[in-house]
Amino acid sequence: MKFGVVQFPGSNCDLDCYYALNDIMQVPVEWIWHKQENLDGFDCIFLPGGFTYGDYLRVGAIARYSPVMTAVIDFAEKGGLVIGICNGFQVLTEAGLLPGTLTRNECLHFICKQQTVRVENIDTPFTGMCKKKQVLQIPIAHGEGCYYADKETINGLEKNNQIILKYCDVNGNISKQANPNGSISNIAGISNKERNVFGLMPHPERCIEDCLGSDAGRLIFESILIYLEKKNILFNHKKTPS
Amino acid sequence: MENFEQKRFWQKWNLTSNEYKCICHMLGREPNELELGIYSVMWSEHCSYKNTRSLLKMLPTKADWVAQGPGENAGVIDIGEKELVVMKMESHNHPSAVEPFQGAATGVGGILRDIFTMGARPIAILDSLFFGDFNENKTKYLFNGVVGGISFYGNCVGVPTVGGETIFSKSYQGNILVNVMCVGLVKREHIVRAIAKGASNSVILIGAKTGRDGIGGAAFASVELNEKSEEDRPAVQIGDPFAEKLLIEACLELVQFEEVIGLQDCGAAGLTSSLSEMSARGNSGLEIELSKVPQREVGMNPFEIMLSESQERMIVVVEKGKEERVLSTLKKWDLDSFIIGYVTDNSRFVIKNNGEIVADIPVESLADGAPVIKREIKEPELQKRINQLNLDEIKEFNDYNTVLLQLLSSPNLSCKEDIYQQYDHMVQVNTVIPPGDDAAVLRVKGTKKAIALTTEGNGRYCFLNPFQGAQIAVAEAARNLSCKGALPRAVTDCLNFGAPENSDSYWQMVQVIKGLSESCEFFDTPVISGNVSLYNENDGKPIDPTPVVGMVGVINDCKHICTLDFKAENDLIFLLGESHNELGGSEYLEFIHHRKCGLPPILNLSLEKNIQSFCREMIEKDLLASAHDCSLGGLAIALSESCISSGLGAEVELKTDIRSDCCLFGESQSRIIVSANAEKAKKVAEFAKNEKIPFQPLGYVKGNCLKINDWINIPVTQLKKAWHRINLDLKKDNWMVDYFKN
Repeated sequence: MKFGVVQFPGSNCDLDCYYALNDIMQVPVEWIWHKQENLDGFDCIFLPGGFTYGDYLRVGAIARYSPVMTAVIDFAEKGGLVIGICNGFQVLTEAGLLPGTLTRNECLHFICKQQTVRVENIDTPFTGMCKKKQVLQIPIAHGEGCYYADKETINGLEKNNQIILKYCDVNGNISKQANPNGSISNIAGISNKERNVFGLMPHPERCIEDCLGSDAGRLIFESILIYLEKKNILFNHKKTPS
Repeated sequence: MENFEQKRFWQKWNLTSNEYKCICHMLGREPNELELGIYSVMWSEHCSYKNTRSLLKMLPTKADWVAQGPGENAGVIDIGEKELVVMKMESHNHPSAVEPFQGAATGVGGILRDIFTMGARPIAILDSLFFGDFNENKTKYLFNGVVGGISFYGNCVGVPTVGGETIFSKSYQGNILVNVMCVGLVKREHIVRAIAKGASNSVILIGAKTGRDGIGGAAFASVELNEKSEEDRPAVQIGDPFAEKLLIEACLELVQFEEVIGLQDCGAAGLTSSLSEMSARGNSGLEIELSKVPQREVGMNPFEIMLSESQERMIVVVEKGKEERVLSTLKKWDLDSFIIGYVTDNSRFVIKNNGEIVADIPVESLADGAPVIKREIKEPELQKRINQLNLDEIKEFNDYNTVLLQLLSSPNLSCKEDIYQQYDHMVQVNTVIPPGDDAAVLRVKGTKKAIALTTEGNGRYCFLNPFQGAQIAVAEAARNLSCKGALPRAVTDCLNFGAPENSDSYWQMVQVIKGLSESCEFFDTPVISGNVSLYNENDGKPIDPTPVVGMVGVINDCKHICTLDFKAENDLIFLLGESHNELGGSEYLEFIHHRKCGLPPILNLSLEKNIQSFCREMIEKDLLASAHDCSLGGLAIALSESCISSGLGAEVELKTDIRSDCCLFGESQSRIIVSANAEKAKKVAEFAKNEKIPFQPLGYVKGNCLKINDWINIPVTQLKKAWHRINLDLKKDNWMVDYFKN
């Protein structure tokens, strides 16, 4: 099992993702430079948060053209796991791996705070360890986190259970007051139809240790690990003739 | 005729006739225009400290744990386990006053560079912000711009903004203060100096191209602001946090290379100051070819190139013949780099333009050559009068409920969440205690340790008594750290005053530095770096003297920390320290009674030290549930904050041997409110008795209301509402429409 963390110019949660995987989860992880074009041997790719290319022009718009993104798209099409956190989510929508877009927060400025989200779908590689409708406290830190897509797309997301996380209050109620940035339907995280590409605005890598106020993010990391372990066992079974 | 023209020229550049004579003497001839411009910025107050250098010598700078005191880009202390903390604070007052967004943004950028040029990764930013009257639209415009600028730059570079303070006072109406502190971490072997040495070694300029922005910024920062200052907007630089982020990562790779001799950023006075300071530190000379400096604009002359303050540029000195690894690392990060000259051994700063020598100056004359100015020290005549306060004239109230709610919703005491939520305060995953407490606490990865950080400034106390005010700033900063369980270790300071030519301001300066020296000495917190900002005036009136103290403390085990919120029903609440009959200089006196007078609270340094060390000891023994510094707004405000942040009520009975208003809102020093469960409280009481620490039971954590004697009885939800009443999220306010109408 091997994880990769992509480093774009301007990524700034790359070290945090690497630390979470390497030091806390203690799984094999390697850096992936934005000019790298080959992702052979990786099982799961992290697109970290930050301000790729300063978020100049439009969030994620320039990073989307990095050589590594061609490889990431290819990797995803072959069924590899891709998770984009915050700016990584923005890059995924720009790259067309996830539908919709992320626009300026409704309040017009950056927000950094602890936030509660509700898990809407536990049948994914990223949320398998969560309980149905479980409320997780995961911090947010973004200026452009307001998810937008046309009605048809939103209906499609809902129909296919692609909405994975929604902003909620501490009791799990989805309301306007609990929505920090004006996202349509309180959307905090979505997946593609195939469930192997996941984008979310909250930062699970910021809450996997008790001393940082919450360890709810662990569930996301553990879900991925368990999923990959199971998949590898299945894969190995298939390979060995019975 | 020629002399007359020349004279006008040096006057324009803020040099005195005596200074001009000195320059001629040092050069052995009259300077040309470029040389004069170079002297003008290097001898400006901003770069030369000519007014304050002799005073700053009073400050204690040494301790066993100090690895680098003043003199480099930032100070360094050793916190053990091979980790060193690098820190520095700097002002960006004048740029922020005329262009708040870019002024504050580049303030952050500049201080970050001071940290990573030392080889350290920046891990925290704190800002001390002082604005004018909150109700003025101009203040709102400045405030909104400054907060936006810090948010824009700090968030993008990925360094968490974990603390600071925001004060509103008429004193800063025309001259706001933006003081930014940055803290970094480095391993001993990676510390780099900002030095140029070794003849023929290469001088490489990296990062942004040089443009016409910010020309004369250092000189601009060394005169008073006036109604025409806004025309000086070109003297304010434009920040590019993305370029800075690349510089951080690239430089942190470079510092691991043996062939890197020195690293320096281009800050105030651009290439001029960075190059001359580097060679002065190395006792060397430099020869620079200006045509090799990449330029953003066509037709820039030598003067503009040398004095441009274009941001996000660095100088690195590399061993000759070994440039390749450095250049390829920079290329990897898509950063431009150009060899613009080399080190010489003749102690001269030689600037060539297309091969022709355009300036040739002895290095030491630039760095330390500015004649030190000594002034007469005289107490202002009005000082005694502002110190007068007869408490009998101040009416006591029967009902303090309204007063408390008014204070909680005042600009200075209200919740600052609207501000710090605009800053990413969690990136780098170290933030254990986020903004909103007495001090921020960050764990140090790979160790059990944590560091606590705070900034503290109180212009009002210093206005009333600069000596005592400065001492209180240090005591309060140390107390903030002690309340979190951290041992105060070192100080970085930013000293903001009016013009030194104003004898009142100069007296304040001397008194403040004396006060800082004595208290830093007493608390064993040497001043390892800092900055002085003079000429903070508007229309001839100086600001309140405002020394801002940035302090770092060390916690040996991250498990033993304490926060300010009450934890559990029925916990006992105690006061460490004593309250006195004093209201002078208090927030209550100014906000409720509109009086800014009297003397600041009495400070007994040894009592302060004992109480702080007692508090740390109790936290280390895990006996306290909460600890909160009692400062601005007094006991009632501190209790309210502990209630609001926990949602728990409190029933408190205060001794009434002093006036009710002094009890509730007096700002007596050396006081900490702590809480503990019954069993632990008993132990704390015993320890306090044995160690002769003044210790007073106040009451219990109980119910849903804050009750104090028969003076106050308010539901916590109502306190919370008042605390959040002021809207500091100015994007939601319609002030902008009014402001731009005028």
